[in-house]
Amino acid sequence: MLAESLVLAGVIFVLGTLGVIVRRNVIIMFLCIELQLNAVNLTFVAFSRFVGIEGQLFVFFVMTVAAAEAAVGLALIISIFRHYETVNVNHFNLLKW
Amino acid sequence: MTEVLFFIFAAVAVGGAVGVVMSRSSVASLLFTVATLASTAGIYVLLEAHFLAAVQIIVYAGAVMVLFLFVIMLLNLGHEYRHDIRGNVALIMGFAVTGGIGGLLARQVGSGSAGLETNLGAGDAIDAALREHGAVGAIAQPLFTDYVVPFELTGILLLVAIVGALVLAKKAS
Repeated sequence: MLAESLVLAGVIFVLGTLGVIVRRNVIIMFLCIELQLNAVNLTFVAFSRFVGIEGQLFVFFVMTVAAAEAAVGLALIISIFRHYETVNVNHFNLLKW
Repeated sequence: MTEVLFFIFAAVAVGGAVGVVMSRSSVASLLFTVATLASTAGIYVLLEAHFLAAVQIIVYAGAVMVLFLFVIMLLNLGHEYRHDIRGNVALIMGFAVTGGIGGLLARQVGSGSAGLETNLGAGDAIDAALREHGAVGAIAQPLFTDYVVPFELTGILLLVAIVGALVLAKKAS
């Protein structure tokens, strides 16, 4: 089942990447980043069957970092939304040249 | 039985991921994400990672996704159905990048998947640890001995994230 899990993780990761590149709604982009993290977690769990229980520990740490990232990122989104009144990333152009 | 369950969960996960990318409303996207995360938890159970499956459901599909939902409700984005796919250039670039990654993955699977089936013996060790310590103990044993410093650092990271989120989301006085 390892090969199938790795293929599934690859497919989910690619779909997440596509979402981050293609969508303009910042919340959906953020959800796609969560999908990518989830795909990497699946790879870790699949390999932990073959390398050792450390893979599952890494998933634990990745989940913690993802929760922290979600909290800070959503706070940033709220802060930006107060200023621009939109979630479309095309309007966030302060750092563009 | 395991194989059938795996393919059901995999189909739900991939369908959910497609739904996240395709759906117009943020709330629908979020619900598709929950479907993907929940079916990934099912695959964790099939891979004998029971504790992680529970954590995935409780923390990820529960707490983090509810946080997202709160933000969508707070910003009042629930009824925003505008088309927000990028223009042609970014669309072509996106499909080129994902096609590249997908092609590389497919080539790797096509060429080297035979070597993956050799069991290195770690699966038996994990099963023995699960029998001896239980689903939580098997994770806790290395977490609180060999990896206790990263564990404590994770606690500090969470504290920093809480303070940072409060400072960022607070109204500027």
